[in-house]
Amino acid sequence: MKWSLIIELSKALMFARIKQTAVAAVGVMFSITMFVALLGFMNGLNTMLDGLVLNRTPHIRFYNEIKPNPNQPIDQTLEFSESLNIIRSIKPSTSRLAIHDAEKIIQTLQADPRVLGVSPKISSQVFFNVGTIDLTGIVNGIDVEKEAQLFAFTDYITSGDYSELAQTNTIILGKGAADRMLADVGDVIQVTTAQGNRIQLKVVGYYQSGLGDFDNSNSFASLATVQKMLGESPSYVTDIQVKLKDLDLAPDMAKEMEQIFGIDADDIQTVNAQFETGTQIRTLISYAVGITLLVVSGFGIYNILNMMIYEKLDTIAILKAIGFNSTDVNRIFITIALSIGLIGGAVGLILGFLACLGIDQVPFETDALPTINTFPVDYNPKYYLIGGSFSLITTYLAGFFPARKASSVDPVDIIRGK
Amino acid sequence: MRPTVLQAENIDKFFYNPTKTQVLKKVSFEIKKGEFISVVGKSGCGKSTLLYILSTMDTDYQGKLSIDNQLVTDRSADHLAKLRNEKIGFVFQFHYLLNEFSALENIMIPGLKLGKVSREELEHRAMEKLRIFEMEEHALKKANQLSGGQKQRVAIARALINDPLLIMGDEPTGNLDKKNSDIVYNKFKELTQEFGQTMLIVTHDPEFAAGTDRTIEMEDGRVI
Repeated sequence: MKWSLIIELSKALMFARIKQTAVAAVGVMFSITMFVALLGFMNGLNTMLDGLVLNRTPHIRFYNEIKPNPNQPIDQTLEFSESLNIIRSIKPSTSRLAIHDAEKIIQTLQADPRVLGVSPKISSQVFFNVGTIDLTGIVNGIDVEKEAQLFAFTDYITSGDYSELAQTNTIILGKGAADRMLADVGDVIQVTTAQGNRIQLKVVGYYQSGLGDFDNSNSFASLATVQKMLGESPSYVTDIQVKLKDLDLAPDMAKEMEQIFGIDADDIQTVNAQFETGTQIRTLISYAVGITLLVVSGFGIYNILNMMIYEKLDTIAILKAIGFNSTDVNRIFITIALSIGLIGGAVGLILGFLACLGIDQVPFETDALPTINTFPVDYNPKYYLIGGSFSLITTYLAGFFPARKASSVDPVDIIRGK
Repeated sequence: MRPTVLQAENIDKFFYNPTKTQVLKKVSFEIKKGEFISVVGKSGCGKSTLLYILSTMDTDYQGKLSIDNQLVTDRSADHLAKLRNEKIGFVFQFHYLLNEFSALENIMIPGLKLGKVSREELEHRAMEKLRIFEMEEHALKKANQLSGGQKQRVAIARALINDPLLIMGDEPTGNLDKKNSDIVYNKFKELTQEFGQTMLIVTHDPEFAAGTDRTIEMEDGRVI
């Protein structure tokens, strides 16, 4: 059958009822616009909120946990190995916080094809001496370049210049800590380590992650500065942070590496399980709302096509009388439905994109999120693809039954009825 | 001996609503090529019902119907649609043009559906048909801008576009005034005489029937 004729007939029928057709198309357009804007906005927010924690969290973190040795000597003696041994008041052994042979582990990890990057870290408890008061805090010794590259460190530097951290005896203070110490960029502060070493550090910037508690206690310095502060050798590292190419591999790999290196390993899923759940539910809700909108507009199309068929019974009867078969009539109405879907969907996608651009311009400033000035929007083409496909699928389904009804019209009934 | 165009054998037709009634009783006749036949009878004698069966649109009957020496009884709906498109032209009592299209396009649609000749060629042919009916100046008017008589002439032109074997009319002049009905009648006459067109026209206009080659008279579901 010739499609050009079918399309011509569909077009004529649509133009004969241009207002209703336009209303149907506007319905589809509106729902697609909302679908795209909603998903873009929701996922932009999701990505941002997850990024707050996930960007900064290593996929796997290796460290030595201070804990009592699980293999107490009594369990190892043959005599008592079968009995229930109760020992009270076990103390942790003098195990080191430092990771033994960290250099070697880092090399091995970097050679692993699954690993995107590795960044060593030293975590150290300190007191900030402010006049007669000592404030507790943590100074993180980091490899500045790697931290910037893997964990978007620089995004959270609100003032100052992070590259100055490469010099020894410099520190970037957490915003909360800096506020309490009244320390400006360029000031020198005094720090006392847990071991009692005192050291003067120059403030070169502020760090603000958006998580208040974290910013109150955490500050950053270079690895060398912290090693010097603690009086340790340049090989001293307490944490090894790994970023993987695929986040989902983290739990398995953590277990595997824990065995190989004989140190503790935490994976991101275990530490931040609640984030994934939250994201999934938010995404689910946005899809549900978007699809509901589409279904509602689908009913609109169904109604309009049904009306059109009642109005055009004569036309259908003539077409059948002059030799169009049921399939042709069916195709005409399916074509009408799909055209409404296609036009409404296409305009909807464009408007959805524009709506996203608009949302992207709305100011959204909060102290908690220093790097965000406007609402975040996700422009992932996936949503446009889903929106476009759904507009066609729903309009097809909306057209299916009216088209079937039209194709089963008996011309004799109509012509006789006159 | 002229070839047979249509042959009906013992056609029975029942209506089931509200009660079972027989509307056609053993109707049998033949149409030869080039014949101009009218079917007459009182209202309700089943002449329109017969026409719809002969036109292949109504398939719910008993008996045998052959068109162009091929049995069409119990053929698939798609096959019948194709047959109607190719071999039968229709003229109804109420114009039945597609209001969304111009007169010219209305004539072209069955031809486009058949798809045997190019669009340009078809347009040319449609224009020729319009000329036969002196309607060429109205070619581009929409169907609903034409008068009743004009519409009916366009409808006849449409019935002719695929050079059908047989033209069927269901009271084509029933809804027209005297003047227009004469024009339509004269055109039918012209078509049979000049082009040898076979025609089967249902009418209750005795004057119209008198002018045809043969009149099939029906009464109470039977041919008499």
